[in-house]
Amino acid sequence: MPLSAADLAAISLSLQLATVTTCILLLLGTPLAWWLSRTGSWLKGPVAAVVALPLVLPPTVLGFYLLMATSPNGPVGRLTESLGLGALPFTFWGLVVGSVCYSMPFVVQPLQNAFSAIGQRPLEMAATLRADAKDRFFNIVLPMALPGFISASVLGFAHTLGEFGVVLMIGGNIPGETRVVSVQIYDHVEALDYAHAHWLAGGMIVFSFLILLLLYLTSDKVAVGSLQLRS
Amino acid sequence: MNTAPDHNRLIEAKFSVNLSKPLCCGGASRFELVIDEQLAAHGVTAIFGPSGCGKTTLLRALAGLQPIHSGLLRVAGVAWHDQAGSLQAHQRPVGFVFQEASLFEHLSVAGNLEFARKRAPERLGPTQIQEIREFLEIDQLLPQKPAQLSGGERQRVAIARALLVRPQLLLMDEPLAALDQTRKREILPFLDRLKSELDLPIIYVTHALDEVTRLADDLLIMEKGRVRASGPVDEVLTRLDVPGMLGEEAGAVVEGSVTERDSQWQLLRVDFNGGHLWLRDSGEAIGQCARIRILARDVSLSLADEQASSILNRLPARVIDMAGDTDRAMQMVRLAMGETTLLARISKKSASQLKLHQNQRLWVQIKSVAVLH
Repeated sequence: MPLSAADLAAISLSLQLATVTTCILLLLGTPLAWWLSRTGSWLKGPVAAVVALPLVLPPTVLGFYLLMATSPNGPVGRLTESLGLGALPFTFWGLVVGSVCYSMPFVVQPLQNAFSAIGQRPLEMAATLRADAKDRFFNIVLPMALPGFISASVLGFAHTLGEFGVVLMIGGNIPGETRVVSVQIYDHVEALDYAHAHWLAGGMIVFSFLILLLLYLTSDKVAVGSLQLRS
Repeated sequence: MNTAPDHNRLIEAKFSVNLSKPLCCGGASRFELVIDEQLAAHGVTAIFGPSGCGKTTLLRALAGLQPIHSGLLRVAGVAWHDQAGSLQAHQRPVGFVFQEASLFEHLSVAGNLEFARKRAPERLGPTQIQEIREFLEIDQLLPQKPAQLSGGERQRVAIARALLVRPQLLLMDEPLAALDQTRKREILPFLDRLKSELDLPIIYVTHALDEVTRLADDLLIMEKGRVRASGPVDEVLTRLDVPGMLGEEAGAVVEGSVTERDSQWQLLRVDFNGGHLWLRDSGEAIGQCARIRILARDVSLSLADEQASSILNRLPARVIDMAGDTDRAMQMVRLAMGETTLLARISKKSASQLKLHQNQRLWVQIKSVAVLH
């Protein structure tokens, strides 16, 4: 068996993390992307820039400030402590918070592009056909933006699987809790166990390639064009 | 007897709309629409004017797609907008047909129709739906996606979809403007039937005068965000302060009925209030209503009935008044024949030679007439 129990645990953890993160990002990213695609507010520029920051920042920078904020003495840390949730660093949920921040642009930008592409007209048309705002969102916006949702989910998922720096900063390296695949590979390499590193790293390449291939093959309308993939 | 206006048959619009961005190209960066009109909530009311005059903004304001800043909008006695509040677009019982058909591309034709049917306040029964589908001849299009349809087909589906929400008022924003001549001719008969067969008031925005003269009962002419003239179409089109805007296309619309067919000469006789005309036989049935357009440039005047003329239609008339034309060589003359008003566009020199004056009796010669339907 080329994969050890620890490797399998890391894979399982990575998949859990990516799934939870993608779900949260779709919930947070949809209203945010909708607002960005429709607003005329001066806040649009600054908000869009903040959302895009993880595209250009080294993950360690983001991880460092997240660690500062969520540590027991940080502002977020005090809040979570007072809510009885304990400190986030070096826990699975700490990883989720970090991943949500880090993968945000990979979900928000495809959604924003998809929403913008719909334009005003179908929504006006639907309004004159007695559809209220909720009706319009679920029956016009969601189906018309479906390719955007697919690409947002795939990119958010794939990017979360691939993160390393933020995980290491905020999650550390606790087996079964925060040791995801990318960290496990790092451990194998540190221990000069290149055979196991190969299996995991190669597996990551194949898996990532396959989901991106699926994305590009299934829909040429999917809005990935404007994104610069960066890990 | 005091005839109070019947509020159930009226659209009372007294409001203003401010736009910071222009809707059409070439407009000002700030645009204001001010309206204070009572429109008929029956028949076809055309809103006519050049691009950027605010006619589309007015229609969007009626539909609730464009916020009204101040004022009042009451339709058939129900407030759609007043100080107390404003009905949102989805709460207004209108049907809207956009210039480009705006079908939902992710749904089939049947899906588009179903979207509307499900949301109607009172759903139509299967026979009524079938009637609408047959009326617009879209049955064979149902399984198709909008992208597969021609422009004319898309517009027919859009009209059917608008009818399926059971509107009390149908708003049409230049529904033919995006179509070429062939497609236009394909859709116009449907609009004729829409008008004659359904008891549904229609507000019809257009910048094409031929559509106005063919379809409209009432006409509202707009310019730079203000109403220039409004009233029954035959009245507005023969107002002397309006034709200047219409130029070569100025002319009267006359309603009459076909009374006789001359099969020897292939002619039809159309009687109207003020006389009769002989037209080329285009197949209308005896007794059928005919709407006739007589362009001012096709009407000439003479002091006597010139029997030795090739002009078939010579009628006695009386000069109502006259006004200068946008062209300095020309004069617009308004004439009465019975209760019908006609316009003649003649040279100022001729007017002077004929010594035209108010209430003068003379003969009009009509060179050509167009039957609109």
